[in-house]
Amino acid sequence: MWLFCSYLLLYCIERHTYTDIQHFYKLGLLLMKAKIATFTIMLIFWVIMSGMFDAFHFSLGVLCCMLVAYISSDLLFLDKGQPWLRELAGMLLYLPYLFWQIVIANLQVAYIALHPRMLDKIDPHLFRFDSSLKRPISKVALAQSITLTPGTITVNIHDNQFAVYALTKEAAEALPGEMERRVAKALEFE
Amino acid sequence: MTIVVSIFILGGLFFFAIGVLGILRFPDFYSRLHAAGKSDSLAAVLVIAGVALYNLQDLSLDNLLVSLKIMLIAVFIYVASPTATHALTKTALILGFEPWEKGNKRR
Repeated sequence: MWLFCSYLLLYCIERHTYTDIQHFYKLGLLLMKAKIATFTIMLIFWVIMSGMFDAFHFSLGVLCCMLVAYISSDLLFLDKGQPWLRELAGMLLYLPYLFWQIVIANLQVAYIALHPRMLDKIDPHLFRFDSSLKRPISKVALAQSITLTPGTITVNIHDNQFAVYALTKEAAEALPGEMERRVAKALEFE
Repeated sequence: MTIVVSIFILGGLFFFAIGVLGILRFPDFYSRLHAAGKSDSLAAVLVIAGVALYNLQDLSLDNLLVSLKIMLIAVFIYVASPTATHALTKTALILGFEPWEKGNKRR
């Protein structure tokens, strides 16, 4: 009986330590990845900003980037391994659509601003809609996109409810629609 | 090349002018904010892209880096501008500015 119990205890301890080690190993790997990614981004930024490639200035940059990456890599990448590469790709694919939307909406606002009977054209009002987006980053992306396209401003996000202030009826009716679907495609996965 | 650059910068100036006109003509705080904060989003980028292209006329590494820096300004504008607009609108709503409605007089 004692033997059995001690075996059981040993088994539990061993299994626990085993999984813990694996867990720590995985966490360490993620941290390392985050540090390398931060370092790369910082270095690209440094090169764009400094524009000097002699040994002295470049080594200064590498040193600074290493220091920053060592101290504060957890600011840029949160500790739970996020699929940030896919996020980046999604955002890059989303940007052209956003820019095109901005151009269209700007032309509409230009038309309204230049219209002689402007007061008949506009109908400013606050409205709310529910969004199916789950992740905070995609909500922020949608809110910023709505605010960037002229004619609509995101006033508040409460849980899933967006409060949007629209300049015209047409601008209000276009939401959430296409833009939300695009954001969901770009950032909403797993 | 000069023609493309002029088109970019003139387009940017046109949208800036629309923005100013909107600020003057729209009836209340919120709709003025629409005009002020947004025409920037296109106009500023058009002007910045024009300047960056003009700088790239004789292609070299230094000029490329300067153009990249200029384009970074556009990125910062795209992050900061909607945030500022959103903060202003929210504050105004909390403070209880009444939005203009159809049929009211303009203030």
